[in-house]
Amino acid sequence: MYRFLWRKLPGGTALRLAVVLLLTGAAVAGLWYAVFPWLASRVPLG
Amino acid sequence: MRAITRVVGEVCLPVGLVLLLFYAYLLWGTGAETEREQRVLQRRLGEVFRRDGGRAAPGAVKTGEALALLRIPRFGAGYRFAVVEGVGPEELRKGPGHYPGTALPGRLGNFVLSGHRTTYAAPFNRLDELRRGDDIVVDARDARYVYEVTRTQVVDPDDLGVVEPVPGHPGRRPTAALMTMTTCHPEFSATHRLVVHGVLVRREERRD
Repeated sequence: MYRFLWRKLPGGTALRLAVVLLLTGAAVAGLWYAVFPWLASRVPLG
Repeated sequence: MRAITRVVGEVCLPVGLVLLLFYAYLLWGTGAETEREQRVLQRRLGEVFRRDGGRAAPGAVKTGEALALLRIPRFGAGYRFAVVEGVGPEELRKGPGHYPGTALPGRLGNFVLSGHRTTYAAPFNRLDELRRGDDIVVDARDARYVYEVTRTQVVDPDDLGVVEPVPGHPGRRPTAALMTMTTCHPEFSATHRLVVHGVLVRREERRD
């Protein structure tokens, strides 16, 4: 699956790596600042 | 079969990483949010203390605003939390909250606080370490009130008797200034409540 996704990315290795880092960073930021705060209020952890 | 196993494995990897990240968020991310709120609340409270000295009325404040500063010497000199008015999820994200309708600091009745045990800077994480006779210092707008721990107990979450003016005695008229702190128990769970009771032992001029 990862190999398939890697092949679909445009450009050479450097550009692909940059795109992967960018997308991963965006996903982590989205989780950290939007999804997790919403989810945390629904988890009964005290 | 082998292909299915591989795909399942490849899907589980990011799911596991997201779960780990969420755990990190609960432990540290929520704490950072509370610490930001606390800096603002404590600064505002300090301004009120400096402006009004000990002459400020001890009356209730708006929901979500700082009511008093809580310190517990057993937890170290750095332990200080601004207590906010209200115990809803939004208020408890900012710090320990004062149950609306219960006594104000130093007043006759039961001054009841609730706080998180493991998330949002975990203000009441170490409540189980308190022992009989430990001081709980509450800097209110009008004065400093020192309570002394009298006992601790573990109750069910729906046992609201602990927030009565006289804990455990609904309808009884209070004859002393009491304090009750509640938090989730055990850690990482909300199945029970850990409750610490205290009684007011002295009132002092607040030294800002």
